[in-house]
Amino acid sequence: MTNNSTTDQSSLPLGEMSEGQRGNLHNYILGIADNSLILGQRLGELCGHGPSLETDIAGTNISLDLFGQVRSYFQYAAQVSGDDTVTEDTLAFMRIEREYKNVLLVEQPNTDFGYTIVRQFLFDAYHLLFLRELEKSTDETLSAIAKKSIKEVSYHWRFSSDWIRRLGDGTSESHERVQEAVTDLWMYTDELFHQTEADQAMIAEGIGVDTSKLKDIYYKMISDVLEEATLEIPVGKYFHKGGKQGIHSEHMGYILSDMQYMQRTFPNMEW
Amino acid sequence: MSEKEVKNLEEIFEARIARDEKIEPKDWMPEKYRKTHIRQISQHAHSEIVGMLPEGNWISRAPSLRRKVALLAKVQDEAGHGLYLYSACETLGISRNELYEQLHSGKAKYSSIFNYPTVTWADMGAIGWLVDGAAIINQVPLCSTSYGPYARAMVRVCKEESFHQRQGFEIMLKLANGTPEQKEMAQDALNRWWWPSLMMLGPTDAESVHTEQSMKWKLKRKTNDELRQQFIDQTVPQADLLGLTIPDPDLKWNEETGHYDFGNINWDEFWQVVKGHGPCNKERMNARVGAWKRGAWVRDAAMAYAEKKEARKKVSKAS
Ligand SMILES: [Fe+2]
Ligand SMILES: [Fe+2]
Ligand SMILES: [Fe+2]
Repeated sequence: MTNNSTTDQSSLPLGEMSEGQRGNLHNYILGIADNSLILGQRLGELCGHGPSLETDIAGTNISLDLFGQVRSYFQYAAQVSGDDTVTEDTLAFMRIEREYKNVLLVEQPNTDFGYTIVRQFLFDAYHLLFLRELEKSTDETLSAIAKKSIKEVSYHWRFSSDWIRRLGDGTSESHERVQEAVTDLWMYTDELFHQTEADQAMIAEGIGVDTSKLKDIYYKMISDVLEEATLEIPVGKYFHKGGKQGIHSEHMGYILSDMQYMQRTFPNMEW
Repeated sequence: MSEKEVKNLEEIFEARIARDEKIEPKDWMPEKYRKTHIRQISQHAHSEIVGMLPEGNWISRAPSLRRKVALLAKVQDEAGHGLYLYSACETLGISRNELYEQLHSGKAKYSSIFNYPTVTWADMGAIGWLVDGAAIINQVPLCSTSYGPYARAMVRVCKEESFHQRQGFEIMLKLANGTPEQKEMAQDALNRWWWPSLMMLGPTDAESVHTEQSMKWKLKRKTNDELRQQFIDQTVPQADLLGLTIPDPDLKWNEETGHYDFGNINWDEFWQVVKGHGPCNKERMNARVGAWKRGAWVRDAAMAYAEKKEARKKVSKAS
């Protein structure tokens, strides 16, 4: 991709791209954004119901950061789509379930604070590594979003990994509960590194991140914290994937019926 | 201390307040002052965190990303207000756990407005506009109250509350200028939130027990009825601007008094809700108590971890 010379805000000469390239870029952006969208949504459900005022504020903060990122990605995706009727809100609220590309991990329910933190922890490590690479993308818009998000996600990672330590090395009850969450959610980690067609095309263009190179560091990063937290690193070899292809868990339909409620009930209105 | 000495201290204390000096946590204060402040500040703090619930109810369903972000930020602000106010209250020698205990046992009260359900998106607009609006009228005078930590907390809180009010009004404006369904939604929300918002400013002066003492300590500068009138006078023109109708057939501008006359408030409903029998009292308490109970193991873990960490530090220092 030779778009380094453009000063245009979009940085990509969108007009010069073939329809296939645009489609891949569009899908690639959605793939990144949907993770933040659904995780932000899950965290938003908890606002006011957490174990302390401080954790409530932190959880809301993370949710806010994620939605902020989502808006930047979706605004860019809308532009890439080349279709005037596409907006950040149609992308967020008007797709059917099979069109959402988030990984299964982020749609898992808020079973308890242990599950919420482990889900966050397993995602944050990936998210941080991913953004650090995305910052090097030849796509200036994605690179700029990544740069801004790294600061936020570094904080998310600090928050979630600190809580893993507290819960793992806290009381025997907390140890047991958080261990159960780690063991249960482990099977969703491998999907983070699964590459779709759009992913591969974007890697080839120098826009996308080659996540296969992040896998070892990722497992090292989370294993170090788990060890410090006196938790066992699961040995499970069976993993689940499908979210990236739009094949979600049974939770997803409920998330969407909640999230899309207003836009579906009152279509074509401004709020 | 002899009775005479106490009396003397009290006189000095009241004189300081009369001179507009701030009372700080380390200063001597009459027991009644301390108790009254614990009651009022904690009640205010509880209102902030219970107040997160009716609006939190719409975070997952907010109609656009922009609105979702704004609502999340608002509810987070309310959590922040709770935090400053609990901290201010703690300076009076009571722990946050004790304060929660009072809330959870039903001993402490919170603003009864939060016992009404949020049934449509327009309620997010009406709450911001009317409830935060009434809160500001109540709270701006507190920015110069006599107890220093409370006054300083209120300065921060009030700034954010006026932002919330504008945000709420803007939600209403968008609906009022929207489709017929949206306009209807806005009118319906105003119909439901108007009277409870008037009640939020407290019982009529005749029924209000604490007013005189509170005036002296600058916990109150105006009576409930004066505040209510101020709220109505300020809000009616805003409703006109929205093109919405305030659900009070007796509402009328009075040339002579320079204020709006208004209809009778249903105080039976007010006392019903205050006494715990509003539409959502049970849900709100269950949510708070439930969150607290479900979080016990998490708070215990954090405590145990901190202790272990401290112990390890000592060991490594000793060796
Ligand atoms: Fe307030
Ligand atoms: Fe507040
Ligand atoms: Fe507020």
